[in-house]
Amino acid sequence: MKVATTEKAFLLVGGIALVGCMLALTWGTLAMGIHLPGRVAEVDPQTVRATPPFDRPGVRQVGPNRYEAVVIGQAWAFIPSEIRVPVGAEVTFIGTTADVIHGFHIETTRVNMMLIPGQVSRTTYRFERPGEYALICHEYCGLGHHTMFGKVIAE
Amino acid sequence: MSTATVFDPAGYDLPETQKRGLRWTVYIGYIALTAGIFHGLANALSYANINILPYFPGLRGYYQGLTAHGVANVLIFTFAFTNGFLPLMTSRAVSRPLVTGLVYAAFGLLLAGNLLVIYAVVTNRASVLYTSYAPLQAHWTYYLGLVLVVVSTWVALLNMLITNRRWRNDHPEGRTPLLAFISIVSYVMWFLASLPIATSFLGFLLPWSLGIAKETDPLLVRTLFWFTGHAVVYAWLLPAYVSWYALLPHQVGGRIVSDTLTRAVFLLFLLLSIPTGFHHQYTDPGIPEGMKVVHAVLTFGVFYPSLATAFSVVAALEIGGRRRGGRGLFGWIRKLPWSDPSVVAQLLAMATFVLGGVTGLINASYTMNQVIHNTTWVPGHFHMTVGSAVTLTYIGVAYWMVPYLTGRGLCGRRLALASSWIYAIGVLIMARGLISAGLEGLPRRLFRVEATYTNPEWNLGGVLTGIGGSMMFLGILAFFLVIWVTIFTGPRGKQPADIPVSHTLTAPALTGWTTKLDRVGIWVVLTLVLIVIAYLPFFVMYLPPRFISPGFRLY
Repeated sequence: MKVATTEKAFLLVGGIALVGCMLALTWGTLAMGIHLPGRVAEVDPQTVRATPPFDRPGVRQVGPNRYEAVVIGQAWAFIPSEIRVPVGAEVTFIGTTADVIHGFHIETTRVNMMLIPGQVSRTTYRFERPGEYALICHEYCGLGHHTMFGKVIAE
Repeated sequence: MSTATVFDPAGYDLPETQKRGLRWTVYIGYIALTAGIFHGLANALSYANINILPYFPGLRGYYQGLTAHGVANVLIFTFAFTNGFLPLMTSRAVSRPLVTGLVYAAFGLLLAGNLLVIYAVVTNRASVLYTSYAPLQAHWTYYLGLVLVVVSTWVALLNMLITNRRWRNDHPEGRTPLLAFISIVSYVMWFLASLPIATSFLGFLLPWSLGIAKETDPLLVRTLFWFTGHAVVYAWLLPAYVSWYALLPHQVGGRIVSDTLTRAVFLLFLLLSIPTGFHHQYTDPGIPEGMKVVHAVLTFGVFYPSLATAFSVVAALEIGGRRRGGRGLFGWIRKLPWSDPSVVAQLLAMATFVLGGVTGLINASYTMNQVIHNTTWVPGHFHMTVGSAVTLTYIGVAYWMVPYLTGRGLCGRRLALASSWIYAIGVLIMARGLISAGLEGLPRRLFRVEATYTNPEWNLGGVLTGIGGSMMFLGILAFFLVIWVTIFTGPRGKQPADIPVSHTLTAPALTGWTTKLDRVGIWVVLTLVLIVIAYLPFFVMYLPPRFISPGFRLY
């Protein structure tokens, strides 16, 4: 029957397209090295400000052209509120929250992760262009949510 | 032996007392939809940097309004509709009455749940947004109210199962009528999917909000939320598919293309809807990357039955269009009944859903998700799924179902037609705005008017959001007016005599492997196996719960 034949063709082409999408994602992960935040470490949100590395938030060099930026999110600010990193350097952002869930998104980049009480979030990024990027809390965290942002300056 | 295929062909009308219970149930939904869009309008205009919140009496803040918008429009509207629609479909399909006591029990639970939630939200005791992420803490009435809403859906399912069982006892040999089968599978899927959120609310958030537990585990309750939270979108979508597959073909003069494929599609949704929740948590810490990959693959899998639906439903429409005299490759589209408000709402629902589905694939795309997560891209996406495919279909169904349940003919057909067009064009404009601004990093859930940061790249998207959102608001107001006038002044006796059910091109087989499709129990077991594969490793690795966060009431 004609409908059945057309239908089989449609489902076959659709299935191949979906598999193609998944192969592209696999390529992005394995060949291009784009990873998601995963399981890193745990930390007690009530004592986080005294727990390394969050007892000393800020940027530090950890190797040749490699940096770590340690950030605490809290209602309604990031600590530190300004992060300066060299252009082209590999920067690992390490974040957590001292109170409720916050977001951690550097606009127009793929640095995008949640800060969840009890968990340490980590992601790595390289700024190729100098400039000032807004670091935005993109998860609702209370009345002052829309005032919670910081700056990342690549120079 | 029964020859019932899609539905029992002998005419059947529900008892008036059951019709009354069902229509009051769906009224709750349509009232919630209308109540919720006021903040929808305020939210859309806020993205255009226009603040109308000061004109809302009693509202204490943007996020209180946003909570009301989310809860009323995606939780109350949807489940009130499905609690009325799916039992009606089941009852009509098997030509048997429902259990009257359960109709009213479900209605009572839904109403009680609503009153509790309204109390909590209106008094600003629950401005936590519908996702209810701990450790932001709401008043206990909010959690209990939502639990009662969920329990009301369980009671509605029980009613459908009992009704179907009574039919089955009289027809031990026949196939389950297609319309009853797909209605029941939709709600069985939702029942399984709702267990994690019930666990979260009853086991963690309710005792915590009452002070019985001092602290809670934010990652665990968030994971339980999304364990339910992706499948819930299919709980809203599948009833729309019930209409697209089984009812709409009749409304356009077509036929259901394949009985077997229709059943298989709903079973695939049963299997694949639930083990996909981590794709909402791609950017979360604490969940290993490998498990996110598993959920990514399964999420691509659950796209497949929607792809099959796109074919089947359009083929059914084409059969209708050609029977009405349509010629040529696309000529049949013009011949569809574009003057029928119920049909037009659902055709527009499908058209916008194409874009909703494609943007959904991008969300599911493991690595790309990092660019758009929690930006306005996401509401741009879901206003083209739940906000149009589902909403416009529920509106289209209302245009025959409210007359059917009230015994009054539809009033204001032209306004009804206009409501869908205004809404559909509005949703496309708004989604265009939200999606483009989201790609530039505009966060969702943001009171932009008072935000202390901005970006000129967001302005165009913001303005389009405001324009489109305003049109959607007008579209729903027109819908509400049509329904309201119909309920009170519609001409008596002008209602449709029966619900619109289609026939299939070919009747289902009475022997062979396809009869196994009807054994829902087997498919439930397979579903549980898939859920265990997708979720058990996380819970084994993660448990016991970490009680680390006291409640915060930062609103």
